[in-house]
Amino acid sequence: MTDPTCAFFGITLIPVAWLVIGLLGLVRIRSVPWVGRILFPVSALLGLLLGAMALSGLALPAQTLVLPLGLPSLPFHVRLDGLSRFFLMLIGFTSAGISMFSAGYLRPGEGTPPGLMCLQYHVFLASMAVVVLANDAYLFMVAWESMALSSYFLVTTEHRLPEIRRAGFIYLLIAHIGAISILLCFGVLQGGSWRFTFDAMRAAHLTPLWASLAFVLALFGFGAKAGLVPLHVWLPEAHPAAPSPVSALMSGVMLEVAIYGLLRVTFDFLHAQLWWWGLLALGLGLFTALFGVVFAAAQTDMKRLLAYSSIENIGIIFLGVGLTIIFHAFHMALLAAVALAATLYHCLSHAFSKSLLFLSTGSVLHATRERSLGKLGGLIHRMPWVAWLTLIGTLAIAGLPPLSGFVSEWLLLQAFLFTPSLPHSFINMLLPIGAAALALVSALAAYVMVKFYGVIFLGQPREPTLQDAHDCGRPERIGLLWLALGCVLLGLLPVPILALLNSVSRELLGASLGGRLQHWWLLAPIAPERASYSPVLFMLSTVALVTLVTVAVHLLYHGKVRKTEPWGCGFPVVTARMQDTAEGFGQPIRQIFEPFFRMSRTLPSPFDTAPHYRVQVDDHFWYWLYAPVATVIQGVARMTAVIQRGRISVYLLFSFLTLLALLVFVL
Amino acid sequence: MVTPLSSQLIDLCAAVLLLLSFSMLSQRRVLTLVDLFALQGGTLFVSIVVVAWNTHQYQLFYSAALTLVLKVIFLPLILNRLIRRLGAQWETETLLNASATMLIGLLLVIFAFTLAEPISRLASTITRSTLGIALAIVMLSFLMMITRRKAVTQVIGFLAMENGLFFAATSATYGMPMVVELGVALDVLVGMVILGVFFFHIREQFDSLDLHNLESLKED
Amino acid sequence: MNTRAFTMQLIAIAFAIIVAPLLIGWVNQCRAWLQNRRGPGILQPYRLIRKLFHKDAVIATNASPLFRLVPYVQFASMGLAAGIIPSLWTGLPFADAADTIALVGLFATARMFLALAAMDIGTAFGSMGARREMLVGFLAEPALLMVFFTASLISHSTSLPTMVNVLAHGPLAIYPSLAFASISFLMVLLAENARIPVDNPSTHLELTMIHEATVLEYSARHLALIEWASALKLFNYVCIGFALFVPWGLAQGLGNLPDLAIAVPALFIKLVAVGFGLALVETINAKMRIFRVPEFLASAFLLAVLGLLVHLLLGH
Repeated sequence: MTDPTCAFFGITLIPVAWLVIGLLGLVRIRSVPWVGRILFPVSALLGLLLGAMALSGLALPAQTLVLPLGLPSLPFHVRLDGLSRFFLMLIGFTSAGISMFSAGYLRPGEGTPPGLMCLQYHVFLASMAVVVLANDAYLFMVAWESMALSSYFLVTTEHRLPEIRRAGFIYLLIAHIGAISILLCFGVLQGGSWRFTFDAMRAAHLTPLWASLAFVLALFGFGAKAGLVPLHVWLPEAHPAAPSPVSALMSGVMLEVAIYGLLRVTFDFLHAQLWWWGLLALGLGLFTALFGVVFAAAQTDMKRLLAYSSIENIGIIFLGVGLTIIFHAFHMALLAAVALAATLYHCLSHAFSKSLLFLSTGSVLHATRERSLGKLGGLIHRMPWVAWLTLIGTLAIAGLPPLSGFVSEWLLLQAFLFTPSLPHSFINMLLPIGAAALALVSALAAYVMVKFYGVIFLGQPREPTLQDAHDCGRPERIGLLWLALGCVLLGLLPVPILALLNSVSRELLGASLGGRLQHWWLLAPIAPERASYSPVLFMLSTVALVTLVTVAVHLLYHGKVRKTEPWGCGFPVVTARMQDTAEGFGQPIRQIFEPFFRMSRTLPSPFDTAPHYRVQVDDHFWYWLYAPVATVIQGVARMTAVIQRGRISVYLLFSFLTLLALLVFVL
Repeated sequence: MVTPLSSQLIDLCAAVLLLLSFSMLSQRRVLTLVDLFALQGGTLFVSIVVVAWNTHQYQLFYSAALTLVLKVIFLPLILNRLIRRLGAQWETETLLNASATMLIGLLLVIFAFTLAEPISRLASTITRSTLGIALAIVMLSFLMMITRRKAVTQVIGFLAMENGLFFAATSATYGMPMVVELGVALDVLVGMVILGVFFFHIREQFDSLDLHNLESLKED
Repeated sequence: MNTRAFTMQLIAIAFAIIVAPLLIGWVNQCRAWLQNRRGPGILQPYRLIRKLFHKDAVIATNASPLFRLVPYVQFASMGLAAGIIPSLWTGLPFADAADTIALVGLFATARMFLALAAMDIGTAFGSMGARREMLVGFLAEPALLMVFFTASLISHSTSLPTMVNVLAHGPLAIYPSLAFASISFLMVLLAENARIPVDNPSTHLELTMIHEATVLEYSARHLALIEWASALKLFNYVCIGFALFVPWGLAQGLGNLPDLAIAVPALFIKLVAVGFGLALVETINAKMRIFRVPEFLASAFLLAVLGLLVHLLLGH
């Protein structure tokens, strides 16, 4: 690994190796041991290797390569720089955990056979890596589209169920709308040179108008993939439909790859010139975050809840991107670096914690066959491994110190605190609202996570069948453990990790936190007397205090415990049905944020002998945006259907007329 | 940078005025609303006295006295009596989503602040930074009038708006000419009397002071 | 971190832990006086804690290890918070480990663990309490953060000791934005510490409780730790209030003897005043309906944001 070129080759070979593993899955297409015990662990090792190679090379200068592949006059270009190394590291490390988990997760059953799924999974992984590596628009789009297609097939693994086919369709549709937008964006970016390598786009000089158009197209296209409101509708459909490792991969990795695209276009190609881009991204991000977290609180399906939580986190990441653009456009390099660091850190943190949570829902699903929160509960006794590891992910995603989510939120809030120094009074006034909304979102995230964890793992089992739920197997444990470890390390050691991000920041912004990261244990991005946070010290003192108090109490007094039934609240028997349901837990949020929801409720009358309560929570965007668009499209389609005659000669006539028209037009 | 004490005091008064406007926006009880209004008048009085003292604009003392007499003593007294006469002292209003109203209020404040920023940069008075707050108070009172449905609260909103205008005048140009000020004071008094008469008529007609009854007067 | 600083740090934590129940005792005593009762004396909380420690712990059969861990976590996080918030002197090495944002995070962590523990047994009141606790939390936490933001815009720092140094020892100035922040902070303090008008600390009226519902299943030493942690939380909040709004009397740095001779009586005078004020607030107010609580806290939140805006407009 000493020779940089050698490492570069190594990194480019890993997607190829993944493809090979995928193809090997076809050899024994129905054999679970072959795919699960051998191929997936090898793939996890490859992921680890990719992550390690990308990590070790983070500070190296950019390297480019022209592959002898592709169309005759259009060879594929590959480039490895700080940004792509960072995202390769994210892909590698996260996928290592997910692949390891998948090794134990695969079961023979309905739907796609394991070997085929292995192929789709690895094409998905490889295409994500290639998206990040690509250095020309062709390779990028090819990889982008194969990413969309392979994930579509993965989502529809259980393709016999109609609602899953529907979810897959919505996903594919929005993925394609986004892809068209990205294609158009590249069309604008080439700036009249008609060369579609990224190097040409970097060199192109666009007028502010064209640059803005390119930015808006990129925001739309990558936003569609990332789940920016109002293009988020596929997320809560596709995530519950997909098998859990696929959900983890999509939510933990694919969404971040979309962020990579946005960062690449905005900072690398367009140099983030205009401040209003930042305001746009920030506003959309804030709304997305608030929308996501409020909807997450109202969900009753555990995977839908997590999908909405992903929307929330993507919102926070967009907010960070927006803040970076604003600072960069006003030439406040250090603050831009803080905001970018927060953004990237949140990507990393979200990748680990959200994958962890999705995988643990997979374990719960396998153990109980239940996805609805209303039928779970008390699993901490039956599945201690999953429960305790999930607790770490839950705390991390709720943004609580000293775990990973808190670091990025801390950095973002610090960045917000500097906005009053911006030379623009309107933004100055608007940004405190942004900070307040971010604070609200992170506090709501804690609410959502208490609901998620409490309803699934704590309390009494709501169904008798939960009594024979079993903990997950060893490969799953390793996968979960690895991701949980990531959450803890990201939380405890922010300074060394942020120091690694310096090269990315220098590349994109021309500035970095650099020398401000002296003490490995103290995070003080601006100056220690201004703001500092030391998670290690924080953790150590908490643990020390807990131990001290425990020892003191047991030494000075006693540790006697009697076990008894809980207090019956005045009822003769305590049943599991007396606990809050998932609906009940989300009810206050539903009431406070009522305008967000489109609710239909049927309430029982007081005299009902068999009372029945039903509530359905829908998304306004379906009715306000998607339904009208669908109506218009159907209307247009009906009009064009007029030319459908069913006779070949008529169709031939149409083609002939088109040909004539084109000839007239061209000559 | 240490600003002089007087300007700090004025800023404090401005902040308290804004605070009172917000509490009026979220207050349900009619009688408490009158108290808040009196308090607002009192704060306005203090701020005018401070401005007058510091800028040696002694005619401002007259406006201060007018404020004290009219808005701190006389009008609250009348309103109190009126409310008791109308038997409306225990009336509360069902606010349409108080948090949402306050959020809109907050956005109005941002709007007012941004609007006032370039103006106050041109002004040379020691009170110039408070212009944004004065503008915000006017807008908040307007918002209060829009969101309320009871006649009495609408009048209080109207009076609070006048307070805001008065404060704006003081902060931008050290007050209006005396004639204008007297005229405005008279207007407010007359308006008050007319509205008082109206209250009784409305109540006689509908047995309630809820303005939403007026909708039935519309011809279909 | 030298030895003296570390020792002083431990002394600060120990001081807070020892004094905290006294504040609760004083508030209860004042309340009793205001309600024409004699009151149990201000040492009552200590007696209660002592009694609870001597009892055998009773735990529900289906309690998980999490349930038994939480009281210790609760106590430790409040103790850690006491090590970050300056009560007598500002030279606290732990304050570097967690600035105000992390402090809010620390409170949030403690709250989340408490809510999880409440859900652990699976009784109706436990999960209701958890839900309400989080409901109060999700509005109070951002409000507190915005209060800190207002102070940090004035002092250009999010570190609590620096804030205190700027506010107490900088040039004397009136900060209108702090007027907003202080009202918002008072509302947050009442809500977070389960005081009237948000919650009533002295009843177990089943359907109105918030905090008490979350700890209903705890007994003996666990309950003692939780009660102590609650007392500590109140003490911490009151000390935050002192640090931001009436910082005078706090010793700078590690403090020399004359400074401390001023700081200790100053703290106790402030505590006596605030305790009486709290009791007064609790006596003249009635508890709100639970549905009003979000409105109350949203007002606190918006007031704090308004404070930020006023600061930006007035420029100081």
